Amino acid sequence: MKGELKELSLTINGKPYELKVKAMTLLVELLRNELKLTGTKVGCLDSACGACTVNIDGKAVRSCSVLALQANGRKVTTIEGVSDSDKLHPIQQAMIDHGAIECGFCTPGMVMSAKALLAENPNPTRDEIREAIQGNLCADEGYVKYIEAIEIAAKEMRGGK
Amino acid sequence: MAETKSEVFGNFSILGKAIPRVDARAKVTGEAKYAADYEFADMLWGQIKRSPYPHARILNIDTSKAERLPGVKAVTTGKDFGGFKWGWSGPTRDEEPLAVEKVRYLYEGVAAVAAVDEDTANEACDLIEVEYEPLPGVFDVLEAMKPGAPLVHENRPGNICVEYHWNFGDVDKAFAESYLVREDTFQTPRMAKGYLEPPAVVSYWPDSNHVVYIGAKGSPYFPYRLLSRCFNLPLSNVRIITPIIGSDFGGTKNDMTPADYSAVMLAKKTGRPVKIVTSQYDVLTTDLRRHPMWLTVKTGVTKDGILKATYLKAVADGGAYTRMSPLTMMLTGCLTTLPYKLPNYKYDCYNYFTNNPSSAAMRGHGLYHSRFAADVQLDMIAEELGLDPVEIRMKNAIENPEPGKVYTAVNDVHVATCGVQECIEKVAEAVNWKARKGKKKVEGSKAYGMGFAAATYNSGTKLSAHNACAAIIRVCEDGSVNYLTGATDVGQGSDTIMCAIAAEVLGIGLEDIDLKRVDTAFTPVDPGSYGSRVTVLAGQAARNAALDVKQQLLEVAAQQFGVKPEDVEIKNKQVFVKSNPTRNMSWERLVRTACYDTPGKVIIGRGYSTQGISLLGLADFSKGVGDIGTNYSFTAEANEVEVDTETGVVKCTDNSVIAHDCGFPLNTQAVESQVQGGAYHQGIAAAIYEEFKMDSGQTLNANLIDYKRPRAYEAPMTQVIHVLTNDPYGPFGAKEASEGSCCSAPPAIVNAIYNATGVWIKDLPTQPEKVFWALKAKKEEKKGRKKK
Repeated sequence: MKGELKELSLTINGKPYELKVKAMTLLVELLRNELKLTGTKVGCLDSACGACTVNIDGKAVRSCSVLALQANGRKVTTIEGVSDSDKLHPIQQAMIDHGAIECGFCTPGMVMSAKALLAENPNPTRDEIREAIQGNLCADEGYVKYIEAIEIAAKEMRGGK
Repeated sequence: MAETKSEVFGNFSILGKAIPRVDARAKVTGEAKYAADYEFADMLWGQIKRSPYPHARILNIDTSKAERLPGVKAVTTGKDFGGFKWGWSGPTRDEEPLAVEKVRYLYEGVAAVAAVDEDTANEACDLIEVEYEPLPGVFDVLEAMKPGAPLVHENRPGNICVEYHWNFGDVDKAFAESYLVREDTFQTPRMAKGYLEPPAVVSYWPDSNHVVYIGAKGSPYFPYRLLSRCFNLPLSNVRIITPIIGSDFGGTKNDMTPADYSAVMLAKKTGRPVKIVTSQYDVLTTDLRRHPMWLTVKTGVTKDGILKATYLKAVADGGAYTRMSPLTMMLTGCLTTLPYKLPNYKYDCYNYFTNNPSSAAMRGHGLYHSRFAADVQLDMIAEELGLDPVEIRMKNAIENPEPGKVYTAVNDVHVATCGVQECIEKVAEAVNWKARKGKKKVEGSKAYGMGFAAATYNSGTKLSAHNACAAIIRVCEDGSVNYLTGATDVGQGSDTIMCAIAAEVLGIGLEDIDLKRVDTAFTPVDPGSYGSRVTVLAGQAARNAALDVKQQLLEVAAQQFGVKPEDVEIKNKQVFVKSNPTRNMSWERLVRTACYDTPGKVIIGRGYSTQGISLLGLADFSKGVGDIGTNYSFTAEANEVEVDTETGVVKCTDNSVIAHDCGFPLNTQAVESQVQGGAYHQGIAAAIYEEFKMDSGQTLNANLIDYKRPRAYEAPMTQVIHVLTNDPYGPFGAKEASEGSCCSAPPAIVNAIYNATGVWIKDLPTQPEKVFWALKAKKEEKKGRKKK
């Protein structure tokens, strides 16, 4: 088993949580198994595929590569916290409109990597976009429409400039 | 800037345009539920106990310690399945849910447990004691074919899994008459299917006579039939529910795994829901892979480069069980006669059992192997004859038949529409092929080159037995519509296409239709998502079901307007008299009238596909004749590569164009992403990056770092050109999109590497080490020649 319960206090999607978790629990296990935030996907548990990418304090982090306790005191955003109730985030809207989504399994992670990128760099070059999502494997659509959708979203977020 | 605007084709409301997918919102918000996301009260976790030997006799399995571990609720072994064996077809049933007497590949399942949590299930597996007698194994085809080699299956002499010998025309005579005859041997790699979502399953028994199975299966009617036979239940009592699926690409998510059978058995034993999620490590070490193949191609041509004959010999590693190998070997051979005119053709193939994990279908199934070999060799021939690669392809490419006529290949493959010439021309123009000719681009250690290739793929694949797809459309009294399909969207976008076809026919919006994914308790039976068959065959079912609904509603409207049904039309949710559109009513009002006017109707439409079974008969695997497809897509592709001549690293540049003849693009965006993805993930990946490294049945690079998957920073921004041929055998003229580009990409890359460096790499992938040594050998050969 994964040992004694430890106290954990963090914010997830804007909501504060006071939790008790086993020390060895991964952040992705906390999100999916305990909190039922199953939008975050598990592809490999090796930090290799990026399907479990979330934002911690605005940075893209693979939630299988950190313990839940390492998020203590931090702000975690998952795919469930990206849209503003019914209004989708421009990244999400661009991915839908531009036809970037196929099977969708990598999509939540892809959105979280793009979100972290555009928060830091509102006008990225194509190569900067490629670098930001290089940790997110896709299996069906060849990345072209994802890269273009992020460019479209960036432009939209800059007010069309 | 980046924005590529999709073109609009045809005069439709919905089809022929860029249509956002019906499931995109759920997927982009994380609401979409995949198999591993399902959870039920009292649910148990299952785990598979796997064999540490690739080939061994099982002497005894002792589960007593595992059963005594607190938290363990049930243990199962192969004996519980009462001798049940399964396979791709009746004669190839050679696999058990869990091995009983013998294991044939490393980590094959021998037992399974269900426990209160994942950790307990894992611990219980460690407590199961299995006594083995290790046996000598065979790990490559050269060993497997040797006389006296250990037998993987005692009843299969020579370890032969599949062999076909076909002969059309007279190849020997044609070779004798040829100006040039070349023989080359090529090799394709052992590859992962590439889906990110590991297979997962949840099963429960609502009562002792009914089973429910929720699993990531691209062809859910496979488990429907197999579980019925395995658990001796009538089909009516087997309920397969299809969640959202994180890709498939053939193989494991079409077929069954030890986890699928075990979850159902453990759920039966415990009376509780049981969930098993396969780890990525287990996926990469045990799941079905793309066949590694050795292809020897002998081709004869005239002085002008006209193809006279091809003899193809293919040898494949089939792995431990037959699975889909008979189909793989069929597909590898049967369409070598497209997309170029080939008057004489001979094919011999041998697929051997080995103690490696089983091989099976993968996007570009079969054709990818033979087209790679033949289209690289075509460039070699062009070089020898001093012909241009585009010129030799145009000379040999099949012309688009006149409307109403068909092109018949030497092995009785019938093609009603063929846009390959147009594809070649458009790609050559887009990359400015002529201007590049003879110009070498070298920057420091980087050499650049461009390669060309063309390909075909069968769509609406027809196998023996059940081929038809069906659809049921229910119109609700408020005008909203349920679409019940047997077809499965694994990411290719078929849910959207089915809704789009139905909405187009009914004259309503995409948003008015709610598609119900496969639930075998309610949806019509369907063969599955394989062989690029869904758009063509399930699409025809969609059209027929919608026409049925429309006819029922037009009769009601005709009565209201006092005209004949054929005088009424529905468009943009308005029902109107064709000759006087001012006489109209809304779609909602028409539906309400139909449902509520005494005695009231229940509007249900149904439709099924007929093309797959009636058109030109079925293909004969033993002779290699006839139509495996309902129709055939065509592709031409040009890719530029950058070769680092110091390190051997090959990379695509953004100079990449594919023209694809999918007949008619029902959804331009979806066709583009399918074509781009097919070319990159399963084509370029095979050409440059991916290969399982094996040692005595053990997969050495079983993680997604060491097993190199292509990533965004290496991705070419491939431009897709739509070529329209409006095939008479597809719904609204459609043919397949994506599997063709899996086949054109590898030869285009290898031809580009030659163009850049003057080195032919005949065994894939062209990983740096291979390219490095080939470049070095060429340099030394040059030096040697100078000395002389």
